[in-house]
Amino acid sequence: MSNAPTTAPAPTAPPPVEKIRIKVDGREIDVPKMMPDWQGKLVPTTMLQACQIAAQEVPHYCYHPKLPIAGNCRMCLVEFGTPVMDPATKKPVVNEDGSPKIARSVLPYEPGTPRGAIACATPISPGMEIYPSSPATKQMREAVLESLLINHPLDCPICDQAGECKLQEYSVQHGQAASRFVEPKVHKPKAVDLGPRIVLDDERCVLCTRCIRFTRDVAGDDALGIVNRGSYNTISAAPGKQFDNNYTLNTVDICPVGALTSKDFRFKMRVWFLKETKSVCTSCSTGCNITIGSRENVIHRYEPRDNDAVNASWMCDAGRLNYTWVGRADRLQEVRVRGERSTWPVALAQITEHLRQAAEGSVAIIASARQTTEELYLLRRLAVRLGAITDAVEREGEADRLLVSADRNPNSQGARLTGIAYTEIGISIPTIADGIRAGRIRTLVVFGEDVTKVGIDAALLAKVETLIVSDILPNATTAAAHYLLPGCAHAEKRGTFINGKGRVQKFMKAVEPRGDARPEWEFLAEVAKALGTADGFTTIEGLFNRMASEVPALAGVEWSKLGDTGVTVPV
Amino acid sequence: MTKVVDRSPLNFYERTYLPALVEGFKVTARHFVRSVKGENTATDLGDGYYPEVPWRVEGGYRGAPYLVRDQEGATKCVSCQLCEFICPPKAIKITPPGPEAGPADRPNAEKMPREFEINMLRCIFCGLCQEVCPEEAIFLQQHYSLSGLSREEMIYNKEKLLKLGGVHAGIQKWKHKLEEAKEQESFPVNVG
Repeated sequence: MSNAPTTAPAPTAPPPVEKIRIKVDGREIDVPKMMPDWQGKLVPTTMLQACQIAAQEVPHYCYHPKLPIAGNCRMCLVEFGTPVMDPATKKPVVNEDGSPKIARSVLPYEPGTPRGAIACATPISPGMEIYPSSPATKQMREAVLESLLINHPLDCPICDQAGECKLQEYSVQHGQAASRFVEPKVHKPKAVDLGPRIVLDDERCVLCTRCIRFTRDVAGDDALGIVNRGSYNTISAAPGKQFDNNYTLNTVDICPVGALTSKDFRFKMRVWFLKETKSVCTSCSTGCNITIGSRENVIHRYEPRDNDAVNASWMCDAGRLNYTWVGRADRLQEVRVRGERSTWPVALAQITEHLRQAAEGSVAIIASARQTTEELYLLRRLAVRLGAITDAVEREGEADRLLVSADRNPNSQGARLTGIAYTEIGISIPTIADGIRAGRIRTLVVFGEDVTKVGIDAALLAKVETLIVSDILPNATTAAAHYLLPGCAHAEKRGTFINGKGRVQKFMKAVEPRGDARPEWEFLAEVAKALGTADGFTTIEGLFNRMASEVPALAGVEWSKLGDTGVTVPV
Repeated sequence: MTKVVDRSPLNFYERTYLPALVEGFKVTARHFVRSVKGENTATDLGDGYYPEVPWRVEGGYRGAPYLVRDQEGATKCVSCQLCEFICPPKAIKITPPGPEAGPADRPNAEKMPREFEINMLRCIFCGLCQEVCPEEAIFLQQHYSLSGLSREEMIYNKEKLLKLGGVHAGIQKWKHKLEEAKEQESFPVNVG
């Protein structure tokens, strides 16, 4: 990703949307004639989308708004009717009361029997009537569900999908209480090792092909397919191949049943116990929206959260599995002053006093582009007060064509916009190293980075008279710290990140901080207030709004306007 | 009509409480002599009184919930955690196996709890765990006299629960499924 500032496209007035008047369950409604498909291209609106607009849920397995339409599960069958046209005059036929005459769809060879159409793949037409809750529709759903359940093993007690399984939900809502099937069920392979992160249970599969379409059309790795015939149909990876691209775990999310399960989450926790917290992935500057699933202060999984401006419905496997460090046993949990355990009031008072007396230009601050924008803003306020030189640490990796960014810091733009770093992050670190070497810089403040890896080695660190460090996990820099302040992972506090494209996104607190650890913005606000360079902030909302009023790029943004999916600012 | 009960004040002799004390000691002494002779009230009554004779409970009694094993000695619980979810006083705590744990001790069921704890001080013996269990793995049994010397001792772990629970010879559905699947490995499928 280029570091050059980009401007958002100028907002243009959207062209007027052409609407079609149809009836859903007897209620007249205007729906757009065309709607975006899975790639955002405008295509004729389907009956399923029209029903969604009318707030009538049509059950479905194979349809997914972000995948091409397959129309193979038949679950979305609905009864419908179209206006009758006079073949001679090409005019609509009207009833005696003047209303248009509607012909309900029937079997051509059996005109008394209603014929359904799959709502996900049938476009609407003017005057059409859709009956998503008619007796015929209900009967069709019941029949489809019954046939899907014929060979289903019903091993919900040991199935990880239980609780978020569409087969369970629709069986309760639309199914029958008892099975009429008396023959032995067809058995298929169980616990198949499909790839390094995926386990497949073929018996549970309803053959909706969502996983096949995702990996072929979205991830660009045509790895999966259906083999064998009839009731022996099974999902399989290409012979001799592993299903191992960086997006495989998305198939676990979109699998409507428990056929594809995550090896990482397998048998770990039943999903109904998980507390869901809206958050943002920290593994690169894309900033995929995620939901953190936690129970009793233990994080069990990350799942992608829909945001069309950032990650659609997906996230990469590497980012998804990068959560275990939050619960690591060696997390920093104690405030330490010169190696001795101390308390927050003592340590903060000493730090404040030391910084108050520090000579102009004798302090350097190395922040982290993994910190929240609010924390970077407070560090910048301190730097202004102390005349300190600041920078952050760069993290580069390899980008891919879908979601992974080359910049592996979640908040590089935050560091730039708050003035902590220049466009090229890390450019001032050699200057800081020289300053320490020359004895000009006598106090070094480090947040969330191991500076021994970026050119300030242990010998040079030993020359620093006062080393103030805040971090989450121990490293060579925390070992050398004179003041060690335990900080919080993003899942343990609130704040915002600004992604590579300038999307300001907030994240919420999922679990409690470990030990004595406190959110960095809390104690930074205390120090900044004591030094007279910022107000004392007790809420993240107040801090964010003050920051937005002072940082030019964030002008007009407020915490309450961020919503769940964020706001884009020019960067 | 109000009836006035006469409550005359105690006289000096009564206020020393000595007569009441003496009467009490008489009862104690009588029981002491009888038990030295090997007699007590329980033996007088045939069946006897609790705790000399434990109370016999009827079949439907809801006592302490224990885990059971199947007829082959395998743990029936598959760690579905429905009992933990339904338990009104949150007495049950299950540690699921997670991805690392080894295979369950029953083929085909894939899953069994790594740890299963019931805090008997919290349990209200409502029977919802037994009601909700899809595996017939937990039953409220006849035990009603639960005692221990510490709170920790009253948290029964999986080993203790299985030992107290005994065997419940029910339908072995996972075994049945496995046998059905094995039959299908040879073609044509035996649809007898």
